[in-house]
Amino acid sequence: MQIAFLTDIHSNREALTAVLAHARARGAQRFVLLGDYVGYGPDPEWTIETIAGLVAEGAIAIRGNHDEAAVGGVNGMNSHAAQAIDWTGRQLSKASLDFLSKLPLSVIDDDRLYVHADASAPHRWIYVIDGETARHSLEAAETRLVFSGHVHIPAIYGLSNIGKLTPFRPQPGIAIPLLAQRRWLALIGSVGQPRDGDPAAGYAIYNDYSAEITFHRVPYDVEATAQKIRAAGLPVGLASRLYAGR
Amino acid sequence: MAAPRISPGSIIDGFVVDSQVHKGGMATIWAVRKSGTDMPLLMKVPRLAEGEDPAAIVGFEMEQMILPRLTGPHVPRFVASGDFRTLPYIVMEWIEGKSLHTRLPDLPLPPEEVADIGARVATALDALHRQQVVHLDVKPSNVMVRPSGEMALIDFGLSHHLQLPDLLDEEFRLPYGTAPYMAPEQVLGQRSEPRSDLFALGSLMYFFVTGTRPFGDPQTLKGLKKRLWRDPVPPRKLRPECPPWLQEIILRCLEVDPADRHPTAAQLALDLRTPGQVSLTARAERMAQDGFVTTFKRRMDLDSILTVNKKPAPGNAPIIMAAIDLNTLGEAAADAMRQTISQLMIAMPRARLSCVNVLKLRRIGIDTTLDEEGEHKHLQRLIELRHWARPLELPDASVTFHVLESTSPADAILEYARSNHIDHIVMAARERSAMRSLLGSVSGEVAAEAPCTVTVVRARADETPTG
Repeated sequence: MQIAFLTDIHSNREALTAVLAHARARGAQRFVLLGDYVGYGPDPEWTIETIAGLVAEGAIAIRGNHDEAAVGGVNGMNSHAAQAIDWTGRQLSKASLDFLSKLPLSVIDDDRLYVHADASAPHRWIYVIDGETARHSLEAAETRLVFSGHVHIPAIYGLSNIGKLTPFRPQPGIAIPLLAQRRWLALIGSVGQPRDGDPAAGYAIYNDYSAEITFHRVPYDVEATAQKIRAAGLPVGLASRLYAGR
Repeated sequence: MAAPRISPGSIIDGFVVDSQVHKGGMATIWAVRKSGTDMPLLMKVPRLAEGEDPAAIVGFEMEQMILPRLTGPHVPRFVASGDFRTLPYIVMEWIEGKSLHTRLPDLPLPPEEVADIGARVATALDALHRQQVVHLDVKPSNVMVRPSGEMALIDFGLSHHLQLPDLLDEEFRLPYGTAPYMAPEQVLGQRSEPRSDLFALGSLMYFFVTGTRPFGDPQTLKGLKKRLWRDPVPPRKLRPECPPWLQEIILRCLEVDPADRHPTAAQLALDLRTPGQVSLTARAERMAQDGFVTTFKRRMDLDSILTVNKKPAPGNAPIIMAAIDLNTLGEAAADAMRQTISQLMIAMPRARLSCVNVLKLRRIGIDTTLDEEGEHKHLQRLIELRHWARPLELPDASVTFHVLESTSPADAILEYARSNHIDHIVMAARERSAMRSLLGSVSGEVAAEAPCTVTVVRARADETPTG
């Protein structure tokens, strides 16, 4: 089965639309959404409605820190993020807020754990940014594979049975085997706000038969999203960073 | 993990085990067969028992990742792979023929044979490098000679796929490779340099032409590092029959800095196949190792060598083919073609240019090419080709000239492009004429059938309307 992993959509309608079409064209039969549907971007209500629609059709959706903040208030966010979350909270319908408040922090599905940030303490939203934090997250998980988001930069970490960790930056379109004799942590790049220097929307498809993961980049109409961010009166920095993917 | 139990007669996932073919430090290899498959098969099973070298497992994992992704005659065909949780194995094509290791008792070999072997191995390496894989363990026992003469590389346990995680990179402190053939940068732990394989091939050719290994077979890291500062005895000193052009090629492969070696395996193969056109440097004439002072300085200045080796992998070094029709090419078209080529060569300074002309043979009647007249024609064409390329002002080392003989120019150009791994063909469109509608367009045929990019050049037409 082809499982599409999407994360950190951040109310970016144009990016999500492009990614869903790309994934469906590549035979994705199932969607797993790793959190942060809102925040930063201009289309929170449409995004939540779309995500809720996918969940109604069998998709799994995990909670992210921005989703939690939109419901329960801001803490520990930088000022742009906090401004955007305040704004987002006012845009969302009761039904959408309700949907967000019920999302689980993590889900185990066969040999896979889905969690937005570090698996050892999902509610603390710790960034997995290097070998040490990746090892920490993998060691806390009981499954062979862990799929996370939160950092907005695609990466893979492999852990051998003698404790050696191999970090890897995947290239778009290249299938990478997640060898059965190792454990793996896959950080799926962001759909709505990539930060690795490539403005195209990021996501990945995992084939659970061949155990191969392929990262993809999908170009979308950045100009349209940026225009909406500016029109909504959100911090302009949130618009300009989309052009550079930073 | 329990050691896998396999014996003759076992049936594993439908594969019937016949006999053990090889028992190595890393793996055992069995002859197997499966109903419905005619191809002779091998099953490779890693040695996973307690106390075995951990590299055996990682090497097996690497091969399990890389082999299924490779295609073509220069690698064994992948058939199946076993689940690690039950029984890890890889089943692959059993390549008929012998490895180059079987030639060791015949060393030294005649220089022409060494060049021929080298060219065929370089062609195999080119095919591998184009698939994003650096072999990193090129040695006689890992090169199989197919009955067709094509070389196939085996054992990808130490290889690196440039687009996949490198499990060996983080795993071990000591460099992995085979001592006599390992490139200096590989000794230092660099595993993503395709030209490391050219060094290993240079070492192999040196061994085959002299009967002596250029750096011996050191068993310590210190001994391995000696190749960073100590140059080998020039092959011609050991084997006077080794021609200067072959020494030039071998010593270029053995340069410490990868940037001083041939940029690609395809360019190395081209040199080995065109001995007359190898551009010779001081390497060709060298008859002794560098003196004490030079060597000592290098040894004291190892840091600069280490920095040299951290340079990023190079960009494009394609082989560009200029297919030149000397008979009908007008001056305007010739200029347009030179301009296109010149722009390519400026953009890619490490590119090689092959200027090719086809001497058309008569379809019916006795060919005259072998007689004096034919000889003269061939030579005259070569001279004209050189003259044609003069305005490009290219250094000798980056251009070669070839006159092909054929009844069909398009076929000859295509065949040349295929066998020399040409990356880009540049040719002129036939001038507008009754001849073109009668004979069809050579460039059209080449563009449709070529294995690579084709640029068809046409001088910009005069814009004045014609009556």
